[in-house]
Amino acid sequence: MTEAAPAVEHAEPTLRLRGVGRRFGGLLAVDEVDLDVVHGERRAILGPNGAGKTTLFNVICGDLSASTGTVEIFGEDVTKKPARYRAKMGLARTYQQSRLFDGLTVEDSIYLAIVGVEGGRLRPVLVPGKEREIRERAREAAGRVAISHKLGEMVGSLSHGEHRQVAIAMALAAEPKALMLDEPASGLSRGERQLLTELLLGLDRDITLILIEHDMDIALRVAESVTMMHDGRVIVEGTPDEIRANETVHDLYLGRGYGHE
Amino acid sequence: MAERIRAWGVVGTVPRALAAGLVVFAILYVLVIADPPDEFGGGNWRTTNTGSALDDPSTFLTTVLDGLTFAGLLFIVASGFSLIFGLMRVVNMAHGAFYLLGGYIAYEIQQRMTGSGFGLNPTEVNTLEWVVPWLVAMVCIGVFGLAVQQLLLRWNQGQDLRQALITIAVSVIVADQVIAHFPRTVPAGTQQFGGNAVSISWPGWTNRLVDLHVGGVTYSLSRLVMLALGAAVGLALFLWLHKTKTGMVIRAGVDDRQMTAAIGINIQTTFALAFLVGSALAAFGATVGGSQASIAQGRDGEWLLFSLVVVIIGGMGSLAGAAVGSVLYGLVFAFAVAYLPTTGNECCTQYSVVLTFALMALVLAFRPQGLFGRAA
Repeated sequence: MTEAAPAVEHAEPTLRLRGVGRRFGGLLAVDEVDLDVVHGERRAILGPNGAGKTTLFNVICGDLSASTGTVEIFGEDVTKKPARYRAKMGLARTYQQSRLFDGLTVEDSIYLAIVGVEGGRLRPVLVPGKEREIRERAREAAGRVAISHKLGEMVGSLSHGEHRQVAIAMALAAEPKALMLDEPASGLSRGERQLLTELLLGLDRDITLILIEHDMDIALRVAESVTMMHDGRVIVEGTPDEIRANETVHDLYLGRGYGHE
Repeated sequence: MAERIRAWGVVGTVPRALAAGLVVFAILYVLVIADPPDEFGGGNWRTTNTGSALDDPSTFLTTVLDGLTFAGLLFIVASGFSLIFGLMRVVNMAHGAFYLLGGYIAYEIQQRMTGSGFGLNPTEVNTLEWVVPWLVAMVCIGVFGLAVQQLLLRWNQGQDLRQALITIAVSVIVADQVIAHFPRTVPAGTQQFGGNAVSISWPGWTNRLVDLHVGGVTYSLSRLVMLALGAAVGLALFLWLHKTKTGMVIRAGVDDRQMTAAIGINIQTTFALAFLVGSALAAFGATVGGSQASIAQGRDGEWLLFSLVVVIIGGMGSLAGAAVGSVLYGLVFAFAVAYLPTTGNECCTQYSVVLTFALMALVLAFRPQGLFGRAA
């Protein structure tokens, strides 16, 4: 049994998982997870390696199908819908290992992310006006993550931190209703982490944010509510303060000396 | 770093120097070492049909052209193979069978159009009588390939081994059916079915020699047309992949299929399109190859092998790789035919194909992912 989500009950649910499980052969990576995230919420999902966080993300976005349970996003049951359907509904995500198109330029990558979500029909004939507008939005999205100076460069030639920026720009460019970030800060320098935190804090409140993050400073600064996972299950949910104070969390994850006032 | 070293295959100065030495020797052999046969018909390891490039520059130039024009044909077939592999990770083992079927379709259409039966005189064929069979064969094989992909491969996506086995099965079935039913138009007195060798005819205007005004070399116009067609396919594919939205999606899909889905793109449509185009290119190549040489049973396996070797040399899924692979393969093949030592009795060597595999082995030893491939 999970504890009640700290969210307001009547708020519009962005994400609603009921009894979601995912099995890989004999391994139950995600086990009976119930999760409610409401509109505009900032939710962090924490847990040690192998807790099933990324698998849960994959089940939510549709990269993996759920072995059991149901996935609802924006009030619609999408358990059987493919990833691209969910993307078109306004669910954007990034991956732990940045998954990008190395052979495309930064601008083209972001452009494609917008085209993919909006219509996505591959019109062989380009409509110039629409085309210019999408290009403009792609450049604007690049500006938001401070990667404008690399618009014309091949994604494959960029640094790790820049890959992260491109991934977030691609996710943001399509103007998603919900944004799922899988360890966006991993491998970033201190300065880049600072930029990322500011970007996340400044994010439009209409966008629901779900975050997997190992950097507790970022996670607990950005998140308003936290879900702790362990062995595929949700073990605790609460506010950052409650999580800091929780004994189980300390034992599992934070280690000694963290969060003791 | 360790990854880079692995990606570059064999390391160490000794094997590198050895390989470089072999390549340099081969080039020197062609340029200066080879000797023309003496008048008594004897010969040694230096004896070739015409001697070195210095002895006989016009043969050298002709051989270069032979290699490049053959490369044009190789590229047409192999680029389709590579396109399918790059995007879908399907090693389409039926590509050769598509080639065979496409070639016979083009032949039959041309026979029907000209109505002159076998022994067609090339000068009697006009451009339309070549272009229509070529287009019809491309459309037929494109649609056939699309059907194979939709009916057999689509629901096995991501299962590489199963897909390879399915396409092998398709190749065997198609090749056997082709042999059972083609060619339908044969000269009187010969067996009608059984995959007999037949030739498509180039349009009449290509049936002449052009004077290149270099070293007195005259060269077959149809072979130059073959090269031009290869270059045109390359240019068209380049523009398609780099200047259109569909091409952008294909390049994105080559990099990361899953991510294209995550940003809401229906990659299935693109897969279908790529399979259609890739298969049609097999028929394109078959029409050209069947015009230059012949269509016969066994061509399927031969062209599957050519395609495999070309994309293994160039790097799977890379357009530039297919181009460079084709040129290297074509040149090595042409030079091996012309310059491998012979006993001097105007005889030709049967060992030329060995050198093309030496080329492949050399590339694989130093760059396992192919010249333009990315490390897996």
